[in-house]
Amino acid sequence: MNGGDDAATSGPPPSLEWRFSQVFGERTAGEEVQEVDIISAIEFDKSGDHLATGDRGGRVVLFERTDTKDHGGSRKDLEQTDYPVRHPEFRYKTEFQSHEPEFDYLKSLEIEEKINKIRWCQPANGALFLLSTNDKTIKYWKVQEKKIKKISEMNIDPSESSNIPPQLVTNGLPADKGHDYLSKDFSFPPGGIPSLRLPVVTSQETNLVARCRRVYAHAHDYHINSISNSSDGETFISADDLRVNLWNLEISNQSFNIVDVKPTNMEDLTEVITSAEFHPIHCNMLAYSSSKGSIRLIDMRQSALCDSHTKLFEEPEAPGSRSFFTEIIASISDIKFSKDGRYILSRDYMTLKLWDINMDSGPVASYQVHEHLRPRLCDLYENDSIFDKFECCLSGDGLRVATGSYSNLFRVFGASQGINLIKSLKFVLINCCKTFASMVYIRRQIQTPARPSRSIGSMTRVVRRGSESPGTEANGNAYDFTTKLLHMAWHPTENSIACAAANSLYMYYA
Amino acid sequence: MSMVDEPLYPIAVLIDELKNDDIQRRLNSIKRLSIIARALGEERTRKELIPFLSENNDDDDEVLLAMAEELGGFILYVGGVEYAYVLLPPLETLSTVEETCVREKAVDSLCRIGAQMRESDLVEHFTPLAKRLSAGEWFTARVSACGIFHIAYPSAPDVLKTELRSIYGQLCQDDMPMVRRAAATNLGKFAATIESAHLKTDIMSMFEDLTQDDQDSVRLLAVEGCAALGKLLEPQDCVAHILPVIVNFSQDKSWRVRYMVANQLYELCEAVGPEPTRTDLVPAYARLLCDNEAEVRIAAAGKVTKFCRILNPELAIQHILPCVKELSSDSSQHVRSALASVIMGMAPVLGKDATIEHLLPIFLSLLKDEFPDVRLNIISKLDQVNQVIGIDLLSQSLLPAIVELAEDRHWRVRLAIIEYIPLLASQLGVGFFDEKLGALCMQWLQDKVHSIREAAANNLKRLAEEFGPEWAMQHIVPQVLEMINNPHYLYRMTILRAVSLLAPVMGSEITCSKLLPAVITASKDRVPNIKFNVAKMMQSLIPIVDQAVVENMIRPCLVELSEDPDVDVRYFANQALQSIDNVMMSS
Repeated sequence: MNGGDDAATSGPPPSLEWRFSQVFGERTAGEEVQEVDIISAIEFDKSGDHLATGDRGGRVVLFERTDTKDHGGSRKDLEQTDYPVRHPEFRYKTEFQSHEPEFDYLKSLEIEEKINKIRWCQPANGALFLLSTNDKTIKYWKVQEKKIKKISEMNIDPSESSNIPPQLVTNGLPADKGHDYLSKDFSFPPGGIPSLRLPVVTSQETNLVARCRRVYAHAHDYHINSISNSSDGETFISADDLRVNLWNLEISNQSFNIVDVKPTNMEDLTEVITSAEFHPIHCNMLAYSSSKGSIRLIDMRQSALCDSHTKLFEEPEAPGSRSFFTEIIASISDIKFSKDGRYILSRDYMTLKLWDINMDSGPVASYQVHEHLRPRLCDLYENDSIFDKFECCLSGDGLRVATGSYSNLFRVFGASQGINLIKSLKFVLINCCKTFASMVYIRRQIQTPARPSRSIGSMTRVVRRGSESPGTEANGNAYDFTTKLLHMAWHPTENSIACAAANSLYMYYA
Repeated sequence: MSMVDEPLYPIAVLIDELKNDDIQRRLNSIKRLSIIARALGEERTRKELIPFLSENNDDDDEVLLAMAEELGGFILYVGGVEYAYVLLPPLETLSTVEETCVREKAVDSLCRIGAQMRESDLVEHFTPLAKRLSAGEWFTARVSACGIFHIAYPSAPDVLKTELRSIYGQLCQDDMPMVRRAAATNLGKFAATIESAHLKTDIMSMFEDLTQDDQDSVRLLAVEGCAALGKLLEPQDCVAHILPVIVNFSQDKSWRVRYMVANQLYELCEAVGPEPTRTDLVPAYARLLCDNEAEVRIAAAGKVTKFCRILNPELAIQHILPCVKELSSDSSQHVRSALASVIMGMAPVLGKDATIEHLLPIFLSLLKDEFPDVRLNIISKLDQVNQVIGIDLLSQSLLPAIVELAEDRHWRVRLAIIEYIPLLASQLGVGFFDEKLGALCMQWLQDKVHSIREAAANNLKRLAEEFGPEWAMQHIVPQVLEMINNPHYLYRMTILRAVSLLAPVMGSEITCSKLLPAVITASKDRVPNIKFNVAKMMQSLIPIVDQAVVENMIRPCLVELSEDPDVDVRYFANQALQSIDNVMMSS
């Protein structure tokens, strides 16, 4: 197994210069962040032409790429030429209310509307499809352009319909006089009735309509943390703290439980599922991560109930390093497969780790993200920050990895897969440490009068920034634990990153 | 705006509502599309209605589904078979939508129409449509294409046939797994229309591609194709091409594929003939019966009878029975349950001696299973084994099993066994029943769960039907009437219920002499619920008994109840009195 040779021989990828591209929903100075507006999920679709965000208010906002639209089908040719490729630019497309707050009366539990995850499905007939989930319920959405219809040339003038006896207006019931016409036996004249005409429909304008096609509910006792589609195009999984369920997209009233880690006695509970993802190519493989820092790869072909894993990825604990926080910071908050399915990227509180699925003895690379916070773990525990769940992502070519941090920072590392790097634990580059100075500034403002809620206008407003405030922090002293960059996604084909800072969506490119 | 003659209003409204804002109205109009078509006449249907439908197809799925269904039977309304082709364009668009059920209905309708079209029209209109769909940009079109090739193919000229075969081959290798799945599903149908020369070359190579697909979900469906293809091929070709594939599949690394094989295997036995069955399929099936995945064993166990029916008894005894014995003590209750539900059917296959020697021990061990479903499944099929060996051999172990189920703490289990009591009674005979089970039937009348009491009352009626009124007079009626003084009114109500069910079976004489007096006593009950139930019951007794009895016994009792302080009692008593008067008047 020496699939990593390519990367090893070609050396670390060249460092990238990250530049600001766009921001959506940027706050003006003094504007207070509404809780419901905080972004809680980001996801690019497979082609990279669309981006979806979900927020705590249960809304899903879609963006579409603008810079490729003009070239249409010739985009591929364009990329092959030496033409300077422009970085992806997006514009607001539409938004819809995916989830509403609910109340479970049996358990006296409030179910918040917050979108935990969004996953794109296979598009068809020009319509977009996606799955969104809150803590309990997964929904399948179709977003499609619909023509606005104008109907003219009716048989009966609507303005005159008031003069018609009411029993004739509804066609569902046999009215006394009309009964003969609607019965099968009535014979119409051979040429038909010439005075009848079909309505004429004219339509020019179109608008986007989101329709909920299916609701997958009542299958999870605990909070759903992940959803992931299978490469077979017909199934997906949903994972909560203790179980993973397998669904067919077409069938919303039954699912199969494939992983169940619930102990018979809940007092024996030591480990929960934190994240799960299907293999991007093999529909029978999936991986899930746990609060103890392990990743399990399971093969659904082996048995119907996949309680025993095929492979277990764990890093042996360094001797003598054990402390009160060891277990807490070992918990994996997110895992992602690389596009070819060869590697799994995992994020725990302190590090990013890259695992080769053919090697379960340890990660092939490990990157320190929060090492400088180690002396402050106690404070972080006190203010609960230690439980923050940072997401991670890989670039489409698998050469770089990225994750978020405090003070609205994100970090990009070269995912060098060379074997000699296993022990060195050194990251090849920290490429980008941008602070949004304005945002930090805003946080320190005194409370301003609350605005009711974000309007579409604020999301559609695209701000181009001329200059960046250069990143000044590095040592962690300036860290602001209330601003954290939890959610981010890497464009599938380009070096472009979308990340969420509170209610704003920032786009960077290199 | 045109004005319509008043008599045409309903039809005019129907047409207008094709585009109503309310989906129910649109749905209603679409479902009566044939009426609209007749009102417009054939020519305008072709020239106006069908194009109108083709253009207005971005509607809700329910409407599109109804449209796809209606158009399938529309040839009559467009002017007959020579104009059938005009129906293709709207169905073509419908067969590309993303909702699966709409697409499937549209494909169904396309096939229905295609099957009636003239050969020249098929070549001119239908085949190009199949080609267009299979070159569709979105997978939805290509999925639908797979379903109509078997209509397009037979009438196509040779050159076109070659092209169609190669297009289907491409669909089998499509990038999207959905398309490959559709190709696999429809391969059998398509293959049935293909000349045997091409069957062995083109179709078999497509089949081989599908059987080696990376996606389990595609290979699964290829398994289904095995049986269909097997039936088309000559036995020797089947042995050469299909048999190795199915034997391979039976050892596939995916349990879902093996599960499909376990479900399908018996169908293939006929296709390959007896000898390969013995040498290859029986060992494969025996392996599946001992698979390490419970789901596979469940599927295999569920087909054990069907499989053995094809084999000769010796083979079954030699190869299958040992596995079945293992399964009867399987660690998974679902496997045992699946086995229990079919194993009784093996008795007629094996014959009396083999059944006694081999199957009886298995029956007995399953009858003692700790899991109630297993025992229930055995008991439910008792009649099959009775025909072969008689019930006597089983009756000794049957009784404890029944008694235990009758007292199971889950009421659903008790309910299930009550349902089988009449069957048991008929199999075991009066003597055995009286001795052992009679008491149980009475005991259920006093169960804590209402559904059980209700079922118990029904059970008494079915027993009375089975064994006749005289038997019931001795073994049911006295015991039931004894319980009518139970201190709890809910139990008294159950007895009343039982009495009212028994009355029609027992006939007028016994009803008057035994049952009616008890009911009249009950009308003096202190609980109003009992009293109005008496009133309701009496109403049901009226047609059974003599008019004199009605006048002398029932009416006085009802009159008394009609003056009861409780409003419900008065209401039902008056209802009953009224129906007496009605009967009087009509006679």
